[in-house]
Amino acid sequence: MLDISAWFNDLLAGNVIFTPDTLGYYWEGLVTTTQLVFLSLVAGLILAVPLAVMRSSKHKWISLPIYFYTYVFRGTPLLIQLYIIYYGVVFVDGIQETFLWPILREAFYPALIAFTLNTAAYTTEIFRGAIKATSKGEIEAARAYGMSQNLMMRRIILPSAFRRALPAYGNEVIFMLHASAIASVVTLMDLTGAARFVYARFYAPFDAFLFVAVIYLCLTFAILYFFRFLEKKLLAHLRPQNT
Amino acid sequence: MKKLLTVSVLGLAIAAASSAQARDYDHVRIGVDVPYEPMEYRTADGELTGFDIDLGNALCDQMGVTCEWVEQEWDGIVPGLLSRNYDAIMSSMTINEERRQTLLFSDPYITMPGAWFAPADSDLEEATVETLEGLSIGVQRGTTYDNFATDTFGDTATINRYSTADDMVLDMDAERLDAVFLEFSVGKSTLLENEDSDYKVVGEMVTEPKEVFGEGFGIAFRQRDEALAEKFNEALAELKEDGTYDEIFARYFGEE
Amino acid sequence: MLDLQGYGPRLIEGAGVTIQLAVLSLILAILLGLLTATAKMSRNWFLHRTATVYTTVIRGVPDLVLMMLLFFGGQIGVNAISDMLYDHYDIDIYINFNAFAAGVLTIGFIFGAYMGETFRGAFMAVDNGQIEAGKAYGMSSALVFRRIRFPQMMRHALPGLSNNWMVLLKTTALVSVIGLTDMVRVAAEASRATHEPFTFLLPVAAAYLLIASVSEWIFVRLQKRYDIGFGGQ
Repeated sequence: MLDISAWFNDLLAGNVIFTPDTLGYYWEGLVTTTQLVFLSLVAGLILAVPLAVMRSSKHKWISLPIYFYTYVFRGTPLLIQLYIIYYGVVFVDGIQETFLWPILREAFYPALIAFTLNTAAYTTEIFRGAIKATSKGEIEAARAYGMSQNLMMRRIILPSAFRRALPAYGNEVIFMLHASAIASVVTLMDLTGAARFVYARFYAPFDAFLFVAVIYLCLTFAILYFFRFLEKKLLAHLRPQNT
Repeated sequence: MKKLLTVSVLGLAIAAASSAQARDYDHVRIGVDVPYEPMEYRTADGELTGFDIDLGNALCDQMGVTCEWVEQEWDGIVPGLLSRNYDAIMSSMTINEERRQTLLFSDPYITMPGAWFAPADSDLEEATVETLEGLSIGVQRGTTYDNFATDTFGDTATINRYSTADDMVLDMDAERLDAVFLEFSVGKSTLLENEDSDYKVVGEMVTEPKEVFGEGFGIAFRQRDEALAEKFNEALAELKEDGTYDEIFARYFGEE
Repeated sequence: MLDLQGYGPRLIEGAGVTIQLAVLSLILAILLGLLTATAKMSRNWFLHRTATVYTTVIRGVPDLVLMMLLFFGGQIGVNAISDMLYDHYDIDIYINFNAFAAGVLTIGFIFGAYMGETFRGAFMAVDNGQIEAGKAYGMSSALVFRRIRFPQMMRHALPGLSNNWMVLLKTTALVSVIGLTDMVRVAAEASRATHEPFTFLLPVAAAYLLIASVSEWIFVRLQKRYDIGFGGQ
C-alpha cells in the first residue's frame, strides 16, 4: 500500500515524463488517430455501399470478384496489407516522378489506403448480410407498387438495411479505432506512436502505455454511446411497444 | 479470486522456462540490436558478427566466462536490461548523463561520431534548423540521434522514427526521407557503400553537444551490478594492452 | 517458381511460431473465457464485478497497446517482486518472461475477454429445463456440466468461437511488432533486406488465407457434430 502512494506522489511531484512536451505528442497522436480512423471509415463506407449491392447480385460474375476481395482483406492481417501498400507503392515504376508521389510519400496516405480497403471489405459484408435479411413482404409490397429494381433498392431495401446494420457497424468502427494502433509501424505518430516514443525515451512502459490505454478506452466508450444513441433514434420502431 | 489465482499459476507455469539465475557471473547474457552494420550484424549465412560482437566475445574470453548474445530491438533495449532479459548491453550505446541516471556504464570502448546523410543530388550542404526546415528526417527510435533531432528540429522538420536502421535505409531508398541522422560508421556501410543508390555525408561529423553525444560507446549494466562492470573494465584494459583490441578495430575500420 | 532467396526455411519456422502461438493462446483464451463466463453468471458480487471490468477494459483498448503494456511491462512487474525478495531477503531468483510466453499470455488474456462474452451468451441459451431434468435424474452438478451444459453450450458457442479464432489468428501478426519472430516478421525483414516486399509478403498473406480456410472447414465439421439431434435448424 505504501508503495502505491509513494508511486503516486512520484508521479505527480517529480514528474519528468508527462511534461507539456510529451503531452503535446499525445495530443498530436490523438489528432492523427482521429483523422486516420474517421477518413478511412468515411471512404470505406462510400465504397462499401455499391460493393454490397454488387455482392448481393444474382449474377456470379458481379458478385464473385467482390467476394474474392472481401475474402482476401478479411482473411489476412491488416498489418500485412499495410506493409504491402506502404512498401509496395515504392516499387511501382516511376511513381516518384508522378503527381501522386507527394501524397504517397507521406506515411499517412498509404496507411489511409490500407485502412480504407480493409474497413470497406468488412463493411461490405455487414451490409450484404443486412440486405439479405430484408423481409420478403417489403420487397413484394414494393413490386406490387410497380417500383423498378433501382428504385426499390434506393427507397426500400437500403434504408432498412442500414438500420439493421447499425449495431454491427458500430463494432466495426471500434475495431477500426483499435486496428489503427499499427499505424506507428510505418512511422506515423498516432496515439500508439506517441506512447512508443515516450516509452523509448523514458524507459517507462507503464506510464507510457497505461496513459494511452485510458485514452483509447475513453474513445471506445464515446463511440459506443454514440451508436447506442443512434440505434435508439433510428431503431425506435423496433422497440417493443408499451401497452 | 479463483480466476486471478489460475491466471497467475498459468503465467508462472508458462514462464517457468525460467532459470534460477545465480550471482557468480560465469555466464553473461548481452543484449544487442541487430542489424547495425558494421557494429553488429548478421552475415548472409546468419552468423552474428561486427565490432561489438568480436570485442564482446574477446572480453568474455579474457574474463573466462561464457557469453550469450540476446537480440533486442533498440526501443526496448534498456527496459530489457532492467528487466533482466540480459545482464549487459553492448550495442553501440552512447554514454551520456541522461542514461547514467538509469544505467551503469563501463569505460568507453570506442568513440564514433554521428553524421547526417542525404541523397547525393540533394541540395543539403549542412544540417541546421534553417536548412532542414520542412524536410523529413529519419532517425532510429530512442537513440541519442532521435533525442537530439527531436529536441533541436522537432518543431520545424518532420521526424520519422524507425525501429531498425534497415527500415530507415529502405525509406531513404524510396525517397521518403530527405536526410537521416545516425552513427557515421553505420551510415557508411549501409548508405555510402550501397551499390544501388548514391548518398553523401552532409556537413561535419557530429560529436557535440557532449551532454547528448557523450564520451563514446560503453557497455551498459544495471546499476547494482558494479562488480560485473569492474570485471569488464579490467578485461578491456587488458585487451587494449595486449593488442587484441587494435586487431579487432583494424578488422572493421582499418588501420588508423 | 517463387525465389525466396534463402529465406524459405526461416519463413517456415516463422509459420510454425505463428501456428503454435495461435493454438496455445486459443487454449488459454478458452480457459479464461469459461472462467469469465462463470464469474459473470455467478451471484458473487466480487467475481461478477472483476469479470465485467476485465472484459470491458480489454475490449476497449487496442490489442497492440495491451501487448506492449504486458510485454514491456510484464517483465518489470515480475522483477519488482524478485527485486523485493532480493532487497529484503537476499534471495536472488530470476523468472524469465520470454517473448513467446509473453505473446501467448497476452493474446490469451485479450481473447479470454471475447471468449467470455461468447460463452456467457451460449450458456444462457441452454434450455433450463434440460438442466433441471439432469438434476432430477440425480446427476451431480459436475456431471450436468459435462453431459448437458457443455455439449449444448458448445453448439451455441461455435459460431462465436470460430469468429474469435479468425480474429485471434490475424492478431498474432502483431507479435512481430514487439519482436517475436513469427512469419510476418521474417517476411518484413526479408523485404527490407532484399527490397522485394511482394516476394515475401504475398506468400505470407496466402498462408494466413490457407490457415483460415482450413479452420473454417474444421469448424463446419464441428458444427455438424454438435448440431446432431437438432436437425433442420
